[in-house]
Amino acid sequence: MKKRIQLSTPSKYLINAILVAVLLVGGTMLYNSGLLNRASKAVLIQCGIYSILAVSLNICTGYLGQLPLGHAGFMAVGAYVGALFWKATVSWPAGLTIVFGLIVAGLAAAVFGIIIGIPALRLKGDYLAIITLGFGEIIRIAIINLDGITGGTPGLLNVPKHSSFLLTFACLAAAIFITHNVIHSRHGRAILSIRGNEIAAESCGINLTYYKVFAFALSAFLAGVAGAVYAGFQGSLFPKSFDFMASINILVMVVLGGMGSMTGSVIAATVLTALPSLMQALSSYRMVIYSLLLIVVMIFKPSGLMGTKDISVSRFIQRLLCGELFKSRKKEDKAHE
Amino acid sequence: MSEQLHALGPKGFVPERDLDKTPVLETHHLGIDFGGLTAVNEFEITIGRTEITGLIGPNGAGKTTVFNLLTNVYKPTRGNILLDGVSTAGKSTAQLCRMGIARTFQNIRLFKDMSVIDNILVGLHHEMDYTLPEAILRLPRFWRGEQIARKRAMELLGIFHMEDTADTPAGSLPYGAQRRLEILRALATNPSILLLDEPAAGMNPSETAELMENIRRIRDTFQIAVLLIEHDMSLVMGICEGIAVLNFGQIIAKGTPEQIRNDPAVIEAYLGKQQEV
Repeated sequence: MKKRIQLSTPSKYLINAILVAVLLVGGTMLYNSGLLNRASKAVLIQCGIYSILAVSLNICTGYLGQLPLGHAGFMAVGAYVGALFWKATVSWPAGLTIVFGLIVAGLAAAVFGIIIGIPALRLKGDYLAIITLGFGEIIRIAIINLDGITGGTPGLLNVPKHSSFLLTFACLAAAIFITHNVIHSRHGRAILSIRGNEIAAESCGINLTYYKVFAFALSAFLAGVAGAVYAGFQGSLFPKSFDFMASINILVMVVLGGMGSMTGSVIAATVLTALPSLMQALSSYRMVIYSLLLIVVMIFKPSGLMGTKDISVSRFIQRLLCGELFKSRKKEDKAHE
Repeated sequence: MSEQLHALGPKGFVPERDLDKTPVLETHHLGIDFGGLTAVNEFEITIGRTEITGLIGPNGAGKTTVFNLLTNVYKPTRGNILLDGVSTAGKSTAQLCRMGIARTFQNIRLFKDMSVIDNILVGLHHEMDYTLPEAILRLPRFWRGEQIARKRAMELLGIFHMEDTADTPAGSLPYGAQRRLEILRALATNPSILLLDEPAAGMNPSETAELMENIRRIRDTFQIAVLLIEHDMSLVMGICEGIAVLNFGQIIAKGTPEQIRNDPAVIEAYLGKQQEV
């Protein structure tokens, strides 16, 4: 057998770091170059925001194997907390207020994640879905009624517009980095084992409640960050953007991309965000095409576009170096997950 | 542990040793009711530190229920369980695992989507001590912990010569290998007593004989107690030092394999009562 070339771990990290840096810098240059019109810039940022949301929901749905329907609720908490923080700290240096705003938004959402997670995660399947659905609505109604703080239905206006291309996609990269490193550790294996078989996980010494709530909180944290980025992009917030349909939209992205695949989440989030605006010309047929796409994917690829697979650039390069990129494709796919 | 495993070698040299009969697990008046049905009643058993004990009985006798009681999957209605002299009442299944009770399941419960080695690494969860921030930032303690755990997992796989399958999904293993993997996963939690629920189910006679040898080998190398439920009498009679027979949730006989084989109550439970003519 031919000796396989194995990339060392530091070089894998280096490759990924360079790649992310190139994408961020290149993207920023493209973004600021004037080649893109305003509408496509907005779509680009939205793709980033929804990618973060899909990646974060994927932790709960894909890795933990639960079905929460209130993800927009966590996003709303993050959006409003982040927006209010940014409004209160306009006098701070820009870098400081942005970073702290994101962290505070994420933590606030995570706290809600824990509060809702502890009772909700005792339930399974449909019951968990209904409870989290209720939670999402409670958040939205609370935002409407706390109009002294949140501006209520007329909206929270004049939020500092901090969300540049760089910020959005740096957040996305960070979200993917954190999620990947958590999942590929003993903590992540504990989460995956709960999806695999709760009873077996427990008899392996895994504390079910702890890891379920932890996954829920991590998912909420990232959703909160995405919410803050959304606030900093829109410049104004309205409760109706965080309704039940928003939660469903994110869930559709995760399911379409493949539950348990971050690559899938990002691809599906991008496609489903970009598609409606690309099809402006077809106007009234837009929703029909959108729905048909979903139906077709679910019929021919029920596990989602990517299944549970993830694309890894370093693995790709490794294969390239071994000169077996196309030869053993089939075998590799089978061997990996 | 690695030296112990290397001492095994592929053929498995079994050292002669004396049985350590100081109790590792004791139950007193253990019982559970499901509604009005008494599933297990007055279950009393004492298992020595390095003893292999068999739990046999006809279908529906309550054997698996006993396992579920011992691991607190079901909360006992009556009685108590002592592990190393400490009561296990009020402990969760996960806590009991850390205290030293590991088990396998009658209907195999592997993490099917995860790779073989990942299944074992879940069992080794508490052997690694790096924290979450250390994992996210990939600090040296993470790499060290993972490396040691992976090495250990490969050693465990070596017991059943399964190193080659480390990266295949557990669900794609053949049936017998899945059963063996479940035993290894339980062993990974570093137990003082191993509960095996029908380890030989679905295995052919030669596989069963090999399994028998392996269970004994595991006991000898890890110096742990084994309690096993089994219908295969050749296995039970072959390796158990003590046997308890359960029928309708009650222990009807306890003793050595020889005593059990000739016990009239056991024969009656299995074969029915001889008609008086």
